[in-house]
Amino acid sequence: MSISRRRFLGWMGAAGAGLAAGGRAHAAALPPSGGHPDALGVLFDVTRCIGCRKCEEACNRVNELPPPERPFQDLGVLQKTRRTDARTYTVVNRYEGIPGAKGPLYRKIQCNHCLEPACASACFVRAFTKNPDGAVTYDESVCVGCRYCMIACPFEIPTYEYDKALTPRVMKCTFCHPRLVQGLLPGCVEACPSEALTFGRRRDLLRIARERMAQFPGRYLDHIYGEFEMGGTAWLTISGVPFAAIGMREDLGTTPAPELTKGALGVVPVVAAMWPVLLTGIYAINRRRDRIAREEREAAVAAAVARAEAEAKKKLAEALAKAEKDKKAAIEREVKKALEEAARARGEAPAGPTPGTPGATKPA
Amino acid sequence: MQFPKVTLERPRWTPFNIVAAIVVVVGLGITVLRFTKGLAATTNLSDYNPWGIWIGFDLLVGVALAAGGYVTSAACYLFGLKRFHTAVRPAILTGFLGYALVVLALHYDVGRPWRLPYPFIVQQGTTSLLFEVAACVALYLTVLFIEWTPAALEWLGLKRARNLVVRLTLVLTIFGVVLSTLHQSSLGALFLIAPSKLHPLWYSPYLALFFFVSSIVAGLSMVIFEGALAHRYFHHKMDEAHRREADGVALGFAKAASWVLGGYFVLKVVGVAQADAWHHLASGYGAWFLVEVIGFVLLPCFFFAIGAREKNLRIVRFTAAWAVLGIVINRFNVGLIAFNYHLPSSERYFPHWMEIGISLFIVTIGVLAYKFIVSHMPILYAHPDYEPH
Repeated sequence: MSISRRRFLGWMGAAGAGLAAGGRAHAAALPPSGGHPDALGVLFDVTRCIGCRKCEEACNRVNELPPPERPFQDLGVLQKTRRTDARTYTVVNRYEGIPGAKGPLYRKIQCNHCLEPACASACFVRAFTKNPDGAVTYDESVCVGCRYCMIACPFEIPTYEYDKALTPRVMKCTFCHPRLVQGLLPGCVEACPSEALTFGRRRDLLRIARERMAQFPGRYLDHIYGEFEMGGTAWLTISGVPFAAIGMREDLGTTPAPELTKGALGVVPVVAAMWPVLLTGIYAINRRRDRIAREEREAAVAAAVARAEAEAKKKLAEALAKAEKDKKAAIEREVKKALEEAARARGEAPAGPTPGTPGATKPA
Repeated sequence: MQFPKVTLERPRWTPFNIVAAIVVVVGLGITVLRFTKGLAATTNLSDYNPWGIWIGFDLLVGVALAAGGYVTSAACYLFGLKRFHTAVRPAILTGFLGYALVVLALHYDVGRPWRLPYPFIVQQGTTSLLFEVAACVALYLTVLFIEWTPAALEWLGLKRARNLVVRLTLVLTIFGVVLSTLHQSSLGALFLIAPSKLHPLWYSPYLALFFFVSSIVAGLSMVIFEGALAHRYFHHKMDEAHRREADGVALGFAKAASWVLGGYFVLKVVGVAQADAWHHLASGYGAWFLVEVIGFVLLPCFFFAIGAREKNLRIVRFTAAWAVLGIVINRFNVGLIAFNYHLPSSERYFPHWMEIGISLFIVTIGVLAYKFIVSHMPILYAHPDYEPH
């Protein structure tokens, strides 16, 4: 992106902080910021917040949100822990009785404008945009209303207009992107009377946070929340008490949301490419197996038929041969009998030995 | 060409018809309310709980239980198990109806349902697993529709169109398995993006694999379960081949389900080990996890094995219903019960009665559509004029 010098100086003047000192020479040494080295951010200092709700009021005004049920001057609402909702982009909560803190502490909630936003990664119609100025914005003109962004957001920021029947929108802080484009400060930053919110380039804010830690030893924990959480966020928080004590999750890890689904998405083309090959292979193998089984069956049947035929032929031949033999024997027998009878008739003794008894030759 | 006459009998006031009529009337009433007063008037959804039972039950459970289509057609046409042939048409029909109803349910859940085609025609959010789910469900619904058309075309007597579609059987089956693999697994992978919200016993980098493998169990069990119901209520519609093969289908599928459940159980244990979540087993969520994994995975695995070995259809059918319930519990756990486990109970979700009403309404529409189609089209019997495919 290109921030004009004039606009940038405008922000700096309005913020009243000498941020212009942050030079480009530092850029290389600082952690990445989602591919937008000049991206903006806000540093929220818990030790400075007085819980006046001026930021909530300004947010409501500049974003033209519906009027609240109870006025912003009513600090009684702080008795209940609140969250962002479809009419509220930012909320300040009060935390009391925290060990190590002298009085109550306040924490401001709004979209943290992740460097690699879970909502944008989860949206199946690309309704979210990570702008070069750092703001994560939402385009209601394409939103289907699946609310997967709300499932995905680790900070539980996006909300939904459940009460609208036909035109419900996801509602969330825009980092006052329309104002940034005009060179104006975010509404909340502009309204904060205690300088709990510092606006600037994210890489400068990280440096400022460290400087404060060095300047006031013991006042802060050595942790800039949002420097690495979920891969880093544009909004950063520093505090004197553990973040968990003021309702911030410390177990989110440092993996950016898109990394979490990368593996599963990477499998898609593999399955799409290999499954058809594998399944066609299984089909072909089965068909081939069936065919071979059929051929083998046919071959076996043919062989069995041939064998049976040969056997039958052999049996027939044997039977014929035997019949022939029997026939010959019978003829011989008959001839012999006739000769014997003739001899006996002539009253002579039999000539030569008798060829077996009549029982030796079975009838054919 | 002659279209068959649809004989609509006078509705008889059987208990089923009375209940169905009440559910449909109430459902239509809630539908009007949903689209005039919005989600706030009809659901308990909140900013903390953007997904309720219309996603947890209608989408997650609906898609899993409609897996019978791809499982059965793959078994018959790809793996060459031809003795399951008569099970294919009923499974394709229930799969098609299941997916159609999932898409119908989504129209209630999303804020602007007329924009459901936007991810395809306006802007593609390809980094989203939901995009993959949407694309695959849309394509697979089309595939199931085409796979189902031979029955309708035979009924209508459109011989040439029917024969044309039948020639696509192999391609459609392969395409169906590819799409099912992708979106069944992606439904689990949807939750990969929220490790801080899903309880560590259920969150796992293997979520996609869990959902895919358990969808096979769901598909097999649903075919057995629906087969048992069909035998009870539509026995007169079945032809000789169907009746002869039915017991073999139930026993064969029970054996397969037992094996897959065994593998799934091992995977679940590997998941706990991978996350090193053993110490969570000692908590309340841990006890509930053990109920799911032992009571609804391991035990059905054993009972399917016993039923298949003893050839005991009663055990097999009972276990099928048991395993189906296990899938429902798993999807509820991932989508609703173990999701947002970190929130105080006052911020947790419990469905509004109207959400349950719409879910019942959609299931009832499915049963009525199934009844109509099975009564009129050749689903449980082969049409005498056509070669089986």
